[in-house]
Amino acid sequence: MKGLITMDDLTNEDIHSILADAERLLPVARGESYLPLLQGKILGNLFFEPSTRTRMSFETAMKRLGGDVVNLGDVKTSSVVKGETLFDTIQMVDGYTDIIAMRHPRQGAARYAQDAARVPILNGGDGAGHHPTQTMLDLFTIQQSHGTLEGLTVILAGDLRYGRTVHSLSHALVRFGCRLIFASPDLLRMPTEIVEDLREHGADVTETEDLLGNINQADVVYMTRIQKERFADEDEYAKVAGAYKLHARDLANVKSEMVILHPLPRVDEIHPSVDETRHARYFEQAFNGVVARMALLCRLLNIEVPAKIPGGDA
Amino acid sequence: MAEEHNMRRVTAIKNGTVIDHIPSGQALKVLELLNLSGDTSVPVSLVMNVPSKKMGAKDIIKVEDRELTQSELDRLALVAPDSSIAIIRVYSVAEKLNVNLGDEVRNVVRCTFSNCITQNPREPLPHRLKVIRTAPLALRCHYCQRPQDLDELVLNLL
Repeated sequence: MKGLITMDDLTNEDIHSILADAERLLPVARGESYLPLLQGKILGNLFFEPSTRTRMSFETAMKRLGGDVVNLGDVKTSSVVKGETLFDTIQMVDGYTDIIAMRHPRQGAARYAQDAARVPILNGGDGAGHHPTQTMLDLFTIQQSHGTLEGLTVILAGDLRYGRTVHSLSHALVRFGCRLIFASPDLLRMPTEIVEDLREHGADVTETEDLLGNINQADVVYMTRIQKERFADEDEYAKVAGAYKLHARDLANVKSEMVILHPLPRVDEIHPSVDETRHARYFEQAFNGVVARMALLCRLLNIEVPAKIPGGDA
Repeated sequence: MAEEHNMRRVTAIKNGTVIDHIPSGQALKVLELLNLSGDTSVPVSLVMNVPSKKMGAKDIIKVEDRELTQSELDRLALVAPDSSIAIIRVYSVAEKLNVNLGDEVRNVVRCTFSNCITQNPREPLPHRLKVIRTAPLALRCHYCQRPQDLDELVLNLL
């Protein structure tokens, strides 16, 4: 494996072993233990699109492991605005760094960058394409909650059309035999080619507009934000989006171990009353972004995570 | 007999290329693919919707005084993957060529997805479409992985 562009770059064994590395790195991610595995290494953060969590968590992950980070900075003031091609930008950063994390508005940009680069590329989102490092932290959070990834019933809800996190995650969950329920307004359904692709891989997929009617069978509910600008007018948005909001009172009959995830930022699709319930996992999920990316940085830089980590339980 | 009759619908050519077994109705697309639709320098004969034992109905194109190159054949594979090509020299078949897509179509056509990274004409890496299936033809962009709309693809030839 050179870089991580889509989840297809990882086998199921790779996923299990990276998640196990992430588990051992938890005390380092929390700052309880210092482990400079990546000392002397430099990460190039190339975010051609705004990002808070992904960019910051890559930066934190690198620094917790003793590495350093250089940033592209604001695209508006960088060479990109002067019309530099992605190819040329990558040639430059490739020479400055040992590994690159990037987000780009164009789909396929990460694969393109990997073809142009000598160093590994970590895809932090390319258009409506893939976001595999988010998928790894989602899988880590699911495994942490249920002790397994196998055979779970997972509802993905909200904007399934444009949400790249749900595209990558669906593909990954199917590989572990999960049953998927896609709950979305008709306008924001999972793209047909993805549903077909999942079914071709033997997936048990149900499409519905009814989130709350299905919530009691779920082991995981993965919420996403429905953006107003996807709708023709605000009334239409208000009418549709209301059905994809969770309140604590909706959770009365759900499975006790069910967990709610969200890639964040949320707007009003998860009411603050849910935060206090045992089901809310989205803030842990955001923290897990650091530990999952630490494990991925080590893997792509061929640095072994030790079996025993000072301050860790393992 | 029917096949022979078809070939005689237009005069035999002395030198050039005969493209046979084009799916019925696709001949105009093939001309476009081979940049022959606007080319007035060579005579081109077109036969459309003639009976074919193998295909039910088919189109045939004869291009005089021009032998198609392998890269032109690769383009042809996008709309007529099962067509057969004969190079004619002094009224007889000098060579038979096959259309072969292989597993990738490289630098022949641009991805049809409007937000693909390859839409920037200044990006220098090759345009690459992966062949997922040949019958019926299914292609996916190597970069953005979007399935390609074959009707639109013809408009995106490089």
